[in-house]
Amino acid sequence: MSQRLEGRLSQIVRELPPSGIRRFFDLANQMEDIISLGVGEPDFVTPWRVREACFYALEQGYTTYTSNRGMPELRVAIANYLHKYDLHYDPLTEIIVTIGGSEAIDIAMRTILSPGDEILIPDPGYVSYYPCAILTGATPVAVTTCASDDFKLTKEAILGKITEKTKAIMLCFPNNPTGAIMTHSDWQPIVDLILERDLFVISDEIYAELTYGEKHVSIAAFPEMKERTVVVSGMSKAFAMTGWRIGYVTGPEYLIKEMLKIHQYTIMCAPIMGQMAALEALQHGEKDKDAMIKEYDQRRRLVVEGFRSIGLPCHEPKGAFYAFPDIRNTGLTSAQFAERLLIEGKVAVVPGEVFGQSGEGFIRCSYATSVKQLETAIERIGLFLTQLDRIEA
Amino acid sequence: MDERAKQTLLQLVHDDALQSHESLATRLGVNVEEVVQAISDFEAKGIIMRYGAVVNWDKADSSRVTAVIDVKVTPERGRGFDQIARRIYLFPEVVSVSLMSGTYDLQVIVEGRKIQEVAQFVSEKLSTIENVTSTTTHFRLKTYKFDGVIFDDPTTDQRLVVTP
Repeated sequence: MSQRLEGRLSQIVRELPPSGIRRFFDLANQMEDIISLGVGEPDFVTPWRVREACFYALEQGYTTYTSNRGMPELRVAIANYLHKYDLHYDPLTEIIVTIGGSEAIDIAMRTILSPGDEILIPDPGYVSYYPCAILTGATPVAVTTCASDDFKLTKEAILGKITEKTKAIMLCFPNNPTGAIMTHSDWQPIVDLILERDLFVISDEIYAELTYGEKHVSIAAFPEMKERTVVVSGMSKAFAMTGWRIGYVTGPEYLIKEMLKIHQYTIMCAPIMGQMAALEALQHGEKDKDAMIKEYDQRRRLVVEGFRSIGLPCHEPKGAFYAFPDIRNTGLTSAQFAERLLIEGKVAVVPGEVFGQSGEGFIRCSYATSVKQLETAIERIGLFLTQLDRIEA
Repeated sequence: MDERAKQTLLQLVHDDALQSHESLATRLGVNVEEVVQAISDFEAKGIIMRYGAVVNWDKADSSRVTAVIDVKVTPERGRGFDQIARRIYLFPEVVSVSLMSGTYDLQVIVEGRKIQEVAQFVSEKLSTIENVTSTTTHFRLKTYKFDGVIFDDPTTDQRLVVTP
């Protein structure tokens, strides 16, 4: 009976592959004494002042709906905060506070894409872009980024995949899983191409704060790009607020107006206590945030150096909190490597293939974990590689 | 190594003095030699005074009593508070002495094995120093946080093992 009913469920949903990370999670979750470099969120707890602001909001009785767009004060704070990236949005009409960056990606795709359209997606990239695009009836098309380019997006790679049906391009820099960033000069040829081909842009900039050595450059800061670009960001990574689910989306008024319809009918508004906490973070959390970034930067050097010292080539990730070492020399696929490393070496990492075909041959290692754990993890991976060599020999 | 990196190095060593020079150098993005040199300079200049551990004595099952004593003094002409502070800090049971702003002058922290031992020190030694005009003794009952370290049992990592 249930099989028959199941067969009648939405075909598009039934055919959607489950997250590739799931199987690996189930395996890792059963094991004891493992060190996990597989976590895509900060190891810091949300700064105390932010948590405390939430208590205060609850004490004061802030338990209601807010404006669909989000609390006006928070939107003003977001608008002011984005000036640092040379982004200028009107808090009244060009910003929506969302349930994390995830909702923002979903409503942006649903607003821009129609069935039959194609959207270009950098590969490797975050796992939700593909399914979100598929759910709109559009076709996601992978654009390869390579280790030899430090996983930056290139005009040539885009040109190879662009068709008459291409309507939009998803951007995700600083990148999860590669840690790649794009500079002003990296963007310029891509901006020219996007304008020439009249594409929309959805730019996921959730890791914007986490760059090392070079400041994040938003594609929406190019003057001619604002009218066709939706910027997705949020509190999760910069302020260690993943569980609060407070993100935001900014864009030109005509786009935000349409996105707001989906948001107001499906979500209504982001939780008010989370919005109050986000306001505190944006107004007074700068110092806490900077301390975390400084710490990530130190760990980043430690893991990159660590991987290189045990013989795994690793490009320098300049953003996010992931290293993406190359494991092709081992002769294993990324899934085989990750599974064996988990069982034999007791370290959890995420196989690169989870993030797209171009991630094959690499593993994503999060350095959002303590220095001691990182040092032990590198030792364990080194030992695992030695044993692997011995077996192969 | 620039001044900013030196300050970060100092903070890292303060937080965990057992880290290897190699690890410190990698974290800061400098050479090991630079780290060794900077630490040796800090030691020579008396910026790094000693290496120790933050110990939760309550857990170590060692009977010890700590008292924080507010001391009012009449400063000495020409030498201010320093001479009196010196007379106090040379006693081995005194673990810290600081000059304070506010309603009293010196904050003295004293450790002993028993309350009587501390009380005796206050009444026989501290109060009898000529320029000491009054003392208020507070016994420490429990330490929650010391030198940036929270003494409660650490919260465990709540995150899922693998997330995208």
